[in-house]
Amino acid sequence: MHGASSAAGVGSAPANAADARKGGAVLACVGPDTGDEVLHAAARLAGAMGTPWHAVYVETPALARLPDERREAILRRLKSAEDLGATTATVAAQEPAEAVVEHARARHATTLVMGLRPHDTDRRVRFGRGLGERVSAQAPTLVLVRVPAAGDAAAPRRARGEPGPTVRWSRYAWALAICAVATAVAALLFPYLDLANIVMVFLLGVVLAAIRLGRGPAITAVVISVLCFDVFFVPPYFSLAVSNVQYLVTFGVMLVVGVTIAELTARLRYQARVSAYREERAANLFALGRELSGALTTDQVVKKSVPIVEATFRARADVLACHDSGTLAVDEGRARAFDRALAELALGRGEPVGIGSAERPDAPALYMPLKAPMRTRGVLVVRPENPRLLRIPEQRRLVETIATLVAIALERIHYVKVAQQTLLGMESERLRSSLLGALSHDIRTPLTALVGLAETLSMRVATAAPEAAREADQIRDQARRIGQLVENLLEMARLQGGAVKLNHGWQSIEELVGSAIESLGSALDGRPIETDVPATLPLVWCDAVLIERVLANLLENASKYTPPASRIAIAAKEAGDEIVVTVSDEGPGVPRGQEQTIFGKFQRGERESAIPGVGLGLAIARAIVEAHRGRISVENRRDARGEVVGAAFSFTLPLESVPPVEPESAADEADIDFAQPRRGGAPA
Amino acid sequence: MTEQGPQILVIEDDQAIRGVIRSTLEGAGYRVAEAGNCARGLVEAGTRKPDLVILDLGLPDRDGVEFIREMRSWSTKPIIVLSARTEEEQKVAALDEGADDYLAKPFGVAEMLARVRAGLRRAVRSPDSEVATVTFGDVTVDVVNRTVSRAGAPVHLTVVEFRLLAALLAHPGKIVTHRQLLREVWGPAYVEHGHYLRVYMGHLRQKLEALPTRPRHLVTETGVGYRFVP
Repeated sequence: MHGASSAAGVGSAPANAADARKGGAVLACVGPDTGDEVLHAAARLAGAMGTPWHAVYVETPALARLPDERREAILRRLKSAEDLGATTATVAAQEPAEAVVEHARARHATTLVMGLRPHDTDRRVRFGRGLGERVSAQAPTLVLVRVPAAGDAAAPRRARGEPGPTVRWSRYAWALAICAVATAVAALLFPYLDLANIVMVFLLGVVLAAIRLGRGPAITAVVISVLCFDVFFVPPYFSLAVSNVQYLVTFGVMLVVGVTIAELTARLRYQARVSAYREERAANLFALGRELSGALTTDQVVKKSVPIVEATFRARADVLACHDSGTLAVDEGRARAFDRALAELALGRGEPVGIGSAERPDAPALYMPLKAPMRTRGVLVVRPENPRLLRIPEQRRLVETIATLVAIALERIHYVKVAQQTLLGMESERLRSSLLGALSHDIRTPLTALVGLAETLSMRVATAAPEAAREADQIRDQARRIGQLVENLLEMARLQGGAVKLNHGWQSIEELVGSAIESLGSALDGRPIETDVPATLPLVWCDAVLIERVLANLLENASKYTPPASRIAIAAKEAGDEIVVTVSDEGPGVPRGQEQTIFGKFQRGERESAIPGVGLGLAIARAIVEAHRGRISVENRRDARGEVVGAAFSFTLPLESVPPVEPESAADEADIDFAQPRRGGAPA
Repeated sequence: MTEQGPQILVIEDDQAIRGVIRSTLEGAGYRVAEAGNCARGLVEAGTRKPDLVILDLGLPDRDGVEFIREMRSWSTKPIIVLSARTEEEQKVAALDEGADDYLAKPFGVAEMLARVRAGLRRAVRSPDSEVATVTFGDVTVDVVNRTVSRAGAPVHLTVVEFRLLAALLAHPGKIVTHRQLLREVWGPAYVEHGHYLRVYMGHLRQKLEALPTRPRHLVTETGVGYRFVP
């Protein structure tokens, strides 16, 4: 019934139909006797079919009772399957055939690969009917590939005399005790009851032994019970002579009942254990999720996750979170059982290191990188009492899941921190700029009135009192200078804030040079300005207002320190991946050793000179140029004899690729009636 | 006599500056109305129908840009804004919204009078802006036939170059912002493509200015736009 439904499921599921068309996945069954040849065959088959392949190990209660060493061998087999490219899984189940079919259906596998041993053709194997036959019976559409063993060396069977699962002798003692009690009770009841009912007392004892003590003790109890029954209650008493063959039936029934109950109980107990374990695992994951969702700091994440990991894997564990710089935060104070070098290795590679990994599988601990969506946030170290635990694929996946949970929690905390810092930065920047704005407004307002009043006064008295008019003009000029000074100071404060907001755009240096010269106007005192700015110069990605400011400050500086009517030259040229703009004058040049300090705040070429200004112009120029990722410098110009003939201030601006300008379409060209048929020579 | 002069509305919250502006304008023969905030300014603008408005952008009650938007919904009279040199964004917003010109504080009264005169002149001329030819320097532009000559010799302009030139010539003395030019010449999709403007402006200056680096007529208003100076 179940088999039939499974078969239908495998054969008719739509996803499977699609998979079958392109030759669905391959599933290799791994058991205690599976040799490498099965895995290799599966890998080759999957490779030839171009499909993924899986390896599954179905752990039955019988297999769970195998000695550790043999279970390890199975897990190693699974690991090598993983190395061959398989997705592996361990499934706890009572009935391997059913579990294999179930798994095949879940993975859309259409081909099953399993080992074939000589005794598999024999009907006396562990599974009664061979596993392969049972699978075929349950899912006839599955293609079954049997791979003969390459030889016993690949997977040695248990040698004779090799110790099996540990025998618990106390249970046999208990079985004997139960038999003794049953005999005593039977002896008490013997005068009142029929022999058939006396047997029931012994049966009760056997059932008890089967439920509580397992199969071996149950069989022992059956044998002892039948013996006791025969010796003490069946005539002739105190002899083993079986006068009546019917007691063989008693023996047989008791044996069947005892073994059946023992087997059923063992199955139930096994499944109870498996589900209890699963529940514990799920509960631990829930607990971890809940704890981590409440964590607000990295420390809390570590403190909350470590105990849960330790409890889950019966291990010592630690979470090593990364600093923002990307290095591991290792608290030297805590003497932890891990190797820092291996933790760094796991972090660096982003791959697990240690138990069950490609790297250092012999290490006593597993170092699992905490991979979050953005980057690796640290390393989870698990050092279990029993390293085998971490080789089981499910456990391994559990470690990975926990690592992901912890990593996401760490990442969340990181971004909370980032958001807080950004908010703080924005707030202080807003405060700062509103303060500067208010200050600048409050100073500018009275100055505007002062300038206006002085100018009005000057106009009113221009004819009546020319002397007074000149003085009024001076008041106006001084007021303007105060204004400039304040603007400079505020500008410097703004630029010094670090977070200068550049209003980037594609700008033409030619245009900025022109407007800088224009903005200075009378301050240049009619000095001739020579410009050498090629029209072919590429556009520059910069803040127009600020770069004009740089040019104006350099020009102003040149005009302040040079004799009247001396020439000032501005040249711009492309040099590699930057543009160099040079402002040269015919002044006294820069004093030796001041090539750098001249760009500092409140620095002037000559101390206490009569030249006005507080020396902020060049400092502002430098701040602006550096905000544009450029450099500013000064050097003296020398003539042929090595005499200083002036200073040359240069600054660079990085060149970026200018977005293309679509050429005008031919249609546009055509609809104009040209004054000249040919272009005027202008570049397109 | 004074009653016949054009009416100018001054919206400025600082009394001292307002006083200076009033006395200067009255000295030059204009009638002056004052307002200390935006709301009062709108009332004054509505009732007095001034020929020109001088507007401080930093008003206590509302953003000056809002005043411009509101006034532009029913009037095309020139608006001159007062702003700080460092407040480029506000300035550009005001000009984009329809302001004609700006003065950076602290400004001189002579400069202010010149801007006021230019603004009034433009306002008078704008109804019949169908000027057939515009002449500046040694350049003559025939707007109707779309030909340009410089010192008598014809100059070839591409279609886009001519469109750009015409956009500037249409508003002599007025600042035209980058966005306005880009929208008018290239279309609304190009308002963020400032490099087009730089490139074509460079071409125009090469062809029409005596010293392209020291333009006399196609003047740069850094960070804001361009201005055609006849």
